[in-house]
Amino acid sequence: MIEFATHPSRYRHWRFSVDGRVATLALDVQEDGGLESGYALKLNSYDLSVDIELYDAVQRLRFEHPGVGAVMLTSAKERVFCAGANIGMLGQSSHGAKVNFCKFTNETRNAIEDASAFSGQRYLCVINGACAGGGYELALATDHIMLVDDGSSAVSLPEVPLLAVLPGTGGLTRLVDKRHVRRDQADFFCTTTEGVRGRRALDWRLVDELVPRSRLADAARARAAEFAEQCDRSTEAVGVVLTPLAKTLDEDTLTYDCLSVALDRSRGLARIEVRAPATPPPQDLPAIHAAGVDFWPLALARALDDAVLHLRFNEPELGTWVFCTSGSADHVRLADAALLAHQPDWLVREITLYLKRSFKRLDVSSRSLVALIEPGSCFTGTLLELALAADRSFMLEGDFEGSNLGPAEIGLNEMNLGALPMVNGLSRLESRFFGDGAALDAARARVGAALDAEEAEALGLVTFTPDDLDWDDEVRVALEERAGFSPDALSGMEANLRFVGPETVESKIFSRLSAWQNWIFQRPNAVGEEGALKLFGTGNQASFDRKRV
Amino acid sequence: MSIDYNEKIPNNVDLAEDRRLQRALEKWQPAYLEWWRDLGPAQSDTFEVYLRTAISVEPGGWAHYDFVRMPEYRWGIFLAPPVADRRIGFGMHKGHPVWHELPGEYRAELRRLIVTQGDTEPASVEQQRYLGATCPSLYDLRNLFQVNVEEGRHLWAMVYLLHAYFGRDGREEAEGLLERHAGDPDRPRILEAFNEQTENWLSFFMFTFFQDRDGKFQLAALAESGFDPLSRTCRFMLTEEAHHMFVGETGIMRIVQRTAELMREHNTDDVARFGGIPLALVQKFINFHYSICLDLFGSEKSTNAANYYTMGLKGRYDETKIDDDHVLTDAVCEIPEVRDGQLVMTEAPALTAMNERLRLSYRQDSQRGVDRFNKVIRAHDIDCELTLPHGAFHRNIGGCAGIQVTPSGEIIDRETWNKRQADWLPTPEDFAFLRSLMRPVTEPGRMAGWIAPPKRGIHGQPVDFDYVHFY
Repeated sequence: MIEFATHPSRYRHWRFSVDGRVATLALDVQEDGGLESGYALKLNSYDLSVDIELYDAVQRLRFEHPGVGAVMLTSAKERVFCAGANIGMLGQSSHGAKVNFCKFTNETRNAIEDASAFSGQRYLCVINGACAGGGYELALATDHIMLVDDGSSAVSLPEVPLLAVLPGTGGLTRLVDKRHVRRDQADFFCTTTEGVRGRRALDWRLVDELVPRSRLADAARARAAEFAEQCDRSTEAVGVVLTPLAKTLDEDTLTYDCLSVALDRSRGLARIEVRAPATPPPQDLPAIHAAGVDFWPLALARALDDAVLHLRFNEPELGTWVFCTSGSADHVRLADAALLAHQPDWLVREITLYLKRSFKRLDVSSRSLVALIEPGSCFTGTLLELALAADRSFMLEGDFEGSNLGPAEIGLNEMNLGALPMVNGLSRLESRFFGDGAALDAARARVGAALDAEEAEALGLVTFTPDDLDWDDEVRVALEERAGFSPDALSGMEANLRFVGPETVESKIFSRLSAWQNWIFQRPNAVGEEGALKLFGTGNQASFDRKRV
Repeated sequence: MSIDYNEKIPNNVDLAEDRRLQRALEKWQPAYLEWWRDLGPAQSDTFEVYLRTAISVEPGGWAHYDFVRMPEYRWGIFLAPPVADRRIGFGMHKGHPVWHELPGEYRAELRRLIVTQGDTEPASVEQQRYLGATCPSLYDLRNLFQVNVEEGRHLWAMVYLLHAYFGRDGREEAEGLLERHAGDPDRPRILEAFNEQTENWLSFFMFTFFQDRDGKFQLAALAESGFDPLSRTCRFMLTEEAHHMFVGETGIMRIVQRTAELMREHNTDDVARFGGIPLALVQKFINFHYSICLDLFGSEKSTNAANYYTMGLKGRYDETKIDDDHVLTDAVCEIPEVRDGQLVMTEAPALTAMNERLRLSYRQDSQRGVDRFNKVIRAHDIDCELTLPHGAFHRNIGGCAGIQVTPSGEIIDRETWNKRQADWLPTPEDFAFLRSLMRPVTEPGRMAGWIAPPKRGIHGQPVDFDYVHFY
């Protein structure tokens, strides 16, 4: 089982340090510290174990070190920055493992960009030596790239010529979309194994700054200090320690404080129940800070994040995730109100950003998402995002016979209007009504109202509204039917339907780049017995099927 | 600037007719001369030195002896004569005709091989820049300069390949070879062993014995290349490399000889008091140079080395004399590995173990040289033996990099290493002692007190010939 919880005291691959306003994450990969045996993580190459630590570090910096305004990503090894994803690991991984690995690493790099853009923690990358493939893609995720100018250190994306795959952790996308590298120069760059160094790397916008070796450490510190100056986080702020997430896992349930997952292996589905705060959440800042990880929105973001990762990596055969909610909708509304009222506060901002990222994880998960909106549920505001993220939702019309819970209701609030955008940059509501301004306006006009099934359906916020007599069968048949379809076709279909409208760097990475990469990952030219990825490291050369497809 | 090509640059590559090559050299040659002036042998501009110059590849032509003013040395471009119908001898293209033009699919790999090799040539000149000031004799000074100009020529040889076959990229790399400098904190040479100053003559002889022997094995492996211009270039370079190792081997032998004489004469091991270099110190330098040279061969398991072999770009030492299929797809061999704190031999695919294979050949060749030193010691009835340290001793690259090992191969902890390393490797005090010995001797025929005279002079000249004229 793959476990994502870790702590800087247990890191094997990163040196984590904070010095005033500047934090340093220095990569120092332990060769034999990989997740699986069968490969050595040489030259700071990485596998999932390295990225799990990086993700943990990025999260902790945001929550535990609010005084940090700039983060230096660098290497603790001499003359080597990072050789990228470990090829031996990729070569021996199943297709699913590769895809999951790439998705997670992409999400972490997106989280780094998110921190630079919204969190007041800007990342800069200090490349002190060879920087290839995923190593350079990591650099691309930062705001500012400094390259040692020693006449030999180069940045490179050698995936195409060396491995017959793509720089799939955002490399191709960020070159042209983020750094505006001219496409013909990007084309050359991506086909040259030795990469580009020095003046040309700067001229082609592959890096932002060249520094002589002897001045690198000083220049990096100065640049980081300059970044930190621009940060809006208070140096006085006291962090919130991300204590180990309380969870219990047994044969068929995974339980967190505010969320439980029932693993229904016979039907291939996971039923995820999210619980509203049991008591009214605090409304004033000191109380929110005092609550820390127990403040419900933060607890929810953490639990959802962990549950999604757990299910993705450890339960690949549970193809449908069914979301339910329970508890007081009022409490959910109060939690949202607290978030909305205190956005300028660093912690509240961080929690909101974290919720955003956790929901994004959901959007890009290759699982069918279904929401069941029943009496006693609390799909309102933040939790309505679960229903809006779903590929399909069912809302009970009226009551279940013999129940005294009252009819199910849903509600929109400001959280649904842009605080939690998807990777396409739109809110889930905007995505839902893309190109239909009237429908969007009609829904917006009902912000704050309790909407019953009839109105929810009329507004287009739910898919179907069966009544008590039809409910069980409708839901059962829909889930069984879903489970019968090809998982691949479903993943492709869902990914295409979920992300309407404009493209962003993130959406392109998950749709265009990952889709091509995952196609190539299946092709004999990469993974066949004579494919480049399979043979890399053996000294035997790939032989390609020369037909263009 | 126009150059009279055939006169200034002896060559057998038709330089006078090759406009592309001329264009490249017109820019590079002045930069090279500037580099030689700034970082070549210090204060040697006015010296006339009895040097051999290669003026053709015919027998007798490649070693033309005369007095030459050093900056006017004619660095030439020579490839060994072509072998008719030469075939690729190993890898996936085995049996195919060799490439006379650059194979596009291997551009990056060949460029990397040539640049890495090329980077070492000027590096050694830079490392040895100040040695002339402390020469133990005119004979040795002349040998130093001979080695220097030929390393310079070897740089030319690699630059020729870059200019002739790699277009703009190659021209940029050729410039880079003059921009990185040994020990430059900002732009160091690519390989670590080429960044330390060679500050005394014991180091110099060790360097030419060990580092140049690494050069020999690298060149020999490249001489097997299916890229014929590289093969021919390296074959010609090997003829010159032999002299460099001769300088190293005879230099160490003469030191050992002198030390043995002093030991007999004063009946003591401690010859330092009598101006000699103790055998224990010689042993420390062997330990140092040998171990850093083992690193030069790279990791025991190397994807690059495997690829170079399969692609037909870099073979094994004496590839043609090895009795196997020269493809090695399924072959295995033993490589050292550290497992649970113990050194063990494990099986690895022969393809990925190319570096280890070349290192083994190097080890055997080095041992033969050391055996000859011991013969000198034994001839003086002295009960002492110089040895090569264990292959895992003092390593920074490969599987043994993370452990501490004694010269005899015993794994020890870091604390013990810290305590003992001064017994095994040269210390600042050792260097200071050698500095105190290094006083220039420039009278023809005379030798410094720590080294015996050579058995014979250069090219039939007597030992007391005035090999260098100072102006």
